Amino acid sequence: MSKSANALMLVLTICLLGGTSAPSAAQQMAGRDATRPSAKLGLGRAATPEEITAWDTDVRPDGRGLPVGKGTVKQGDDLFQEKCASCHGEFGQGVGRWPVLAGGAGTLKADRPDKTVGSFWPDLSTVFDYIKRAMPYGNAQSLTNDEVYALTAYILSMNDIVKDETFELNEKNFTSIKMPNAAAFFEDDRETSEKHFWNKSPCMKDCRPAPKVTGRAMAIDVTPDGKSGPKVE
Amino acid sequence: MLNRRRFLGAAGLTGAGAALSAIPALAGETAKSEALITDVQDWQRYLGDGVDKHPYGVPSKFEKNVIRRDVPWLTASAESSVNFTPLHELDGIITPSGLCFERHHGGVAEINPADHRLMINGLVDKPLVFTMDDIKRMPRVNKVYFLECAANSGMEWRGSQLNGCQFTHGMIHNVMYTGVPLKVLLDEAGLKPNAKWLMLEGADSAGMNRSLPIEKALNDVMIAFAMNGEALRPEQGYPLRVVIPGWEGNLWVKWLRRIEAGDQPWQTREETSKYTDLLADGNSRKHTFVMDAKSVVTNPSPQAPLKHKGRNVLSGLAWSGRGTVKRVDVSMDGGRNWQTARIDGPVFDKSVVRFYVDFDWNGQELMIQSRAIDSTGYVQPSKDDLRKVRGVNSIYHNNGIQTWLVRSGGETENVEIG
Repeated sequence: MSKSANALMLVLTICLLGGTSAPSAAQQMAGRDATRPSAKLGLGRAATPEEITAWDTDVRPDGRGLPVGKGTVKQGDDLFQEKCASCHGEFGQGVGRWPVLAGGAGTLKADRPDKTVGSFWPDLSTVFDYIKRAMPYGNAQSLTNDEVYALTAYILSMNDIVKDETFELNEKNFTSIKMPNAAAFFEDDRETSEKHFWNKSPCMKDCRPAPKVTGRAMAIDVTPDGKSGPKVE
Repeated sequence: MLNRRRFLGAAGLTGAGAALSAIPALAGETAKSEALITDVQDWQRYLGDGVDKHPYGVPSKFEKNVIRRDVPWLTASAESSVNFTPLHELDGIITPSGLCFERHHGGVAEINPADHRLMINGLVDKPLVFTMDDIKRMPRVNKVYFLECAANSGMEWRGSQLNGCQFTHGMIHNVMYTGVPLKVLLDEAGLKPNAKWLMLEGADSAGMNRSLPIEKALNDVMIAFAMNGEALRPEQGYPLRVVIPGWEGNLWVKWLRRIEAGDQPWQTREETSKYTDLLADGNSRKHTFVMDAKSVVTNPSPQAPLKHKGRNVLSGLAWSGRGTVKRVDVSMDGGRNWQTARIDGPVFDKSVVRFYVDFDWNGQELMIQSRAIDSTGYVQPSKDDLRKVRGVNSIYHNNGIQTWLVRSGGETENVEIG
């Protein structure tokens, strides 16, 4: 038996005899052919609790991840006017092409649906999670947890999901709020509902009557001019 | 010497609506001599640039029109916007890195790889932090995959709107990735048995986050640090991104900084308020991850009209998120009759294929279409067949068959047919 195989046996024996911790990567390397990879790579280091807290801000629909905090509709209104209204409008109606946050109830079957937090979003946790990580646009992660609660409360208010200006949202009552469109989402079912798109022998000859042009992109005329792209040096 | 050169202006550029060229003399007929041949040209007489003129090479100046372009009215801000791959200018299956379309939610994060960290936490035995050096010490794989934005062709649900395949189909690119199977990293942290979903999170100012089912994560997902043989481009997630073969581009989180394991999806902004498919009855399909089979004729197309009668090359791309492309059919008469196109070049799993039809054109009007058929037997549907089951408000996952109308002068336009 070779020297390295002997060393490997020794390491294995130590493990089997109740070694309390797995051998380190260095020990593994010492105990075997140095060019043969081990099952565990031994790469990376432990994440510290402080690091995990700093990055792990996500919030789920069941409330998991919600931080301790609170904020009222009124506080949220004040903050919103200061930090959000320039893009989203005073009442969440949206400025220019920036996202509309309120209204649109009952429009999802309409010719032009108005998909807002109130009319469309199924989970309140999404509002908190997104504001906390990404808003205000261009100054992300600058809001305190209380401020995020307050802004979330104001968005609920602008969508008439809560009616009282003194309403306070906090980590305890958060999951009691139900979003109006929550029940309207279902899991991907294309492989059954669109089963007819699987076809062993698609038509090759005389498949349809002679087609007629019914619409033209040129008539709509919204295509950027092909010659006016970004300046290229 | 430089100032003795004649510089070509924009004369080499062609655009939509270019007049059809006169039919050139056929071989054997009397031809007129060209000065390009009978006179000695500048580039044949004088020395050209030496090495290192461009330490990092750039395309010829005569290719300056081959660029990504955006549609300014689509979005409120360039930092949360999209531009489009110039598909009509490209060939083969690999998209040059600098032409891969961009989609950002908070601009391009600029990260020194020495400062980049990837954390794995949640339902794992041991939460870990990796540096880029750590990741580059792991076993590597090389794979060619397409990345298509779920909203590609999203502007066309209600009818033809944008006149060019760059704009109708340009939210796709296809490159070779180098990276590490995600399973390698997850094994290192040790997934707990109740870990059913992962949350992927970017380091950009949008903190882009999406949920990924664990089965897919352990199957073919990789984290990539290189594309087309060099480091990822900043706009594609430098120094690290997720690669999720066949699934919608929004999941392919760029500037990847964290992976959290959990027992249910997070229902983030991007997987509920966006990237869900609103149907005509007001209900919305969610977790529509797979990209259905799709194809498009890139030449001719509105930005690349036919310029010659006689022999021509029809060219296009086809792809499927469910596997490989088995066959591509092309119609010249708006879907009445079909012929099978010739696929040339590699056929990889969840990669685009390049197809061709070599044809003679006598100047008659054409209604050109293509349809992809994938390894599962899925046949790309017509736009009308798709609208029958999805309505027109889905925004995402529009894989309907595109029609280009080629007029007798060669001009080509995006049309709807009925």
